[in-house]
Amino acid sequence: MEPSVKKKVLTVDDSRTMRDMVSFTLKGAGYDVVEAADGQQALGVIGANKVDLVITDLNMPVMDGLTLIRRLRATPAHRTLPILMLTTEADEKKKSEGRAVGATGWIVKPFNPEKLISVVQKVCG
Amino acid sequence: MEDLSRFKQTYFDESAELLEVAEAGLLRLTPGEVDSDEVNAIFRAVHSIKGGGGAFGFTELVAFAHEFETVMDGVRNNTVPVTTELVDTLIRANDLLGQMLAYAREGDPAPAGTTDGTVAALRRHLSGGAPQVQAPAAAPAAPAPAPVYADDEDDEAGLFGDAMAAIAAARAEEDPVPPGKLRWTIVFRPRPDLLMSGNEPAFMLRALRRLGDATVECHTDALPNLQNLEAELLHLSWTVTLIADADVDLDKINDVFEFVADDCDIRITAEAPPPAAPEAPPPVTDPVPVAAAAPQAVVAAVPEAPPKTLGADAPKAEAARPRPNGGGAEHAGLTSHTIRVDLDKIDRLVNMVGEMVITQAMIAEHVRELPPGEFQELLEGLEQLAQHTRELRESVMSIRAQPVSSVFSRMPRLVRECAATTGKEVQLVTSGETTEVDKTVVENLVDPLTHMIRNSIDHGLEGPEERERVGKPRAGTVHLSAQHRSGRIVIEITDDGRGINRPKVLSKAIEKGLVQPGATLSDEEIDNLIFLPGFSTADQVSNLSGRGVGMDVVRRNITSLGGRIGVYSTPGEGSRFVLSLPLTLAVLDGMVISVGEERFVLPLTNIVESLRPKAADLHGLVGKCDVMMARGEYVRLVYLHQLFGIPGAVADPTRALVVLVETEDGSRLGLVVDEVLGQQQVVIKSLEANFRRLDGVAAATILGDGRVALILDVAGLREMSRHMDSRAPRPPSSPVAALPAPALEPV
Repeated sequence: MEPSVKKKVLTVDDSRTMRDMVSFTLKGAGYDVVEAADGQQALGVIGANKVDLVITDLNMPVMDGLTLIRRLRATPAHRTLPILMLTTEADEKKKSEGRAVGATGWIVKPFNPEKLISVVQKVCG
Repeated sequence: MEDLSRFKQTYFDESAELLEVAEAGLLRLTPGEVDSDEVNAIFRAVHSIKGGGGAFGFTELVAFAHEFETVMDGVRNNTVPVTTELVDTLIRANDLLGQMLAYAREGDPAPAGTTDGTVAALRRHLSGGAPQVQAPAAAPAAPAPAPVYADDEDDEAGLFGDAMAAIAAARAEEDPVPPGKLRWTIVFRPRPDLLMSGNEPAFMLRALRRLGDATVECHTDALPNLQNLEAELLHLSWTVTLIADADVDLDKINDVFEFVADDCDIRITAEAPPPAAPEAPPPVTDPVPVAAAAPQAVVAAVPEAPPKTLGADAPKAEAARPRPNGGGAEHAGLTSHTIRVDLDKIDRLVNMVGEMVITQAMIAEHVRELPPGEFQELLEGLEQLAQHTRELRESVMSIRAQPVSSVFSRMPRLVRECAATTGKEVQLVTSGETTEVDKTVVENLVDPLTHMIRNSIDHGLEGPEERERVGKPRAGTVHLSAQHRSGRIVIEITDDGRGINRPKVLSKAIEKGLVQPGATLSDEEIDNLIFLPGFSTADQVSNLSGRGVGMDVVRRNITSLGGRIGVYSTPGEGSRFVLSLPLTLAVLDGMVISVGEERFVLPLTNIVESLRPKAADLHGLVGKCDVMMARGEYVRLVYLHQLFGIPGAVADPTRALVVLVETEDGSRLGLVVDEVLGQQQVVIKSLEANFRRLDGVAAATILGDGRVALILDVAGLREMSRHMDSRAPRPPSSPVAALPAPALEPV
């Protein structure tokens, strides 16, 4: 079931540990991964790469996750780009905020690798 | 999960940085002037520590971080007022978080009740503002499951109709469910705007197929005609018949629709095989695969591991997955590329470069003896080697360079504590935090700076009332600065307090027998008395500076780093302490000089010039040393051969050379030497570590010919020459003679 052309996932998080873990897990499952440490950087990375999925943290310096989603959704090219939020448990408020700005879904932090992969498969194949 | 444990080190490193960020932010948190960027940064730091901690299953740590974070969230949302007590609590919480990290790192559980007090204190701040305390995050909750079985009220339009259910039921009769399996019928009708959230039904259908043998039927009944078709809206719906193992439960199927449950109408029905009891083990004969109605929809089932609570052991399915290859090394899109290196490795590198510098000097030594003009290429090559060695040395040193901010950033907290203890109001201003110094120097700065800042607050600054009386602002200012100056780092601690009370210092010194009664001392000399061992102006031993550590210890620390400390004070206006330190403790640019058979190294930074005096320039002072007139200034002459008792040296300055040297405070000295041999980089070998401390000597080194040479400490020489008649010969047991040359180990 692995896609013949590797799908590219952008992971956006200000925590290096979290980026490393997301990146490691997804690469292990056959995805290409690019990284950014905040929303602003993420916009730069998306400008330079064709990504199939964005996984973004919500709390970040410079530009937070919700702003990033809003900015991406405002661009015609990214109207339907899958964007997952990494949220903390019990963060229902954030989930609904995220949905309101156009997030595709969410990953509960801390994630476990298989759950992450299954969620990613669910939104980008 | 085991796979992710490799990120623990990164996590602890990152957390240490985050703790510092949080602490710095907390120290700047002042009631009444809350900077939301600052608060956000603290919140994020705690949040990140919590997030990573959860990934590694540090439940106690996470639970505590959560309490901390909740209060920070309250501060962020202005529901928790910032008070001095709150800031104190938060600072304690940050300390405790560091402790919890240490326990997690060691793999020890924190002693029972470690966090109780702080958690209670944190919650007290919440009770006023934020109404609810969130449950501890010890067991991270799974995402809220999608609604169980879409109920009929949701089926507003009756779109599923009983027709679809009837179709499913009819087929169920035709194809009996294989034993040990369950048949699920899933009717899935998304709302038209589903695509706008980036969700893609095709992937959900694919996810269903991973759960078992799936048959997918697509319904196009809602499809408008071409004229009315809007490309971005979704008009399709699906019925999926899924034959799955018994361990596929409703939760797993709902999981597929986790993100879209609110934007879709979903109906899920299950049907067990008619005769066999659900618990019965599957028969030995393989179940016959279900005939697929739509051939393209049948997909081999990918076994999915059973759902796990987070933090559980490595799922079995994980083992079956292909092992990931790289370690996540690519950081595309990130601007800074850094790696973390074990310090031992760098130290080894520094040592090797040091040895290389020595070897290079040795070769240069030998080459000097070759007949001139014959080995042009060799000489050019060696010239280049010298150049590259120097560059290599500088590069390696810069690896170990660290901004002094790592020390400076600890000081706000210290100032805060001192201010609280002394009841004074203090404002700390820092500048030049980015100035870089070798890490060994940075590390050794902590103690002296801590002591001196305490000292400035405790002794230097007046209390707020007294300050007001003399027309100063209530809050005193302590300024801590760093800058590079002529190859050294100069750190200054300035306060706008009362300055050194000279009469008091002098009487204290006389009382303690450090100064003869009736002696006349210059202001500068009096100020310097505070560096004498056993000296303290505090009438009572206070909690702050009376810890048995005086300025004499500070000076010793600084001197052992090859540094110097000076004090400048103006009564009523304040004091300034000036530390001057080498940038590195490993390598030095020096000038090799000879005295008799001995070689010495003078730090290049001390040397002003060397000259051969005329007899007319020399003046003897009766019973004292000689002075020399150099550039319109009298300079005291120091005969190194006398100081160190070296035989066979040139004694007459008019036949010898005088090297004019300058100390940090600008005072000059003329060193009488036989010859200046040349400039050279030398690797500093600690004398104290390998032999013992010697007056006037900063360290030792190994020259190219393998000989040990002492590196002179100019300020120390000045002290020596001041306190003795430099004409008096030294006793024969001179340090040079006593030095065991080959026993020196690398620093």
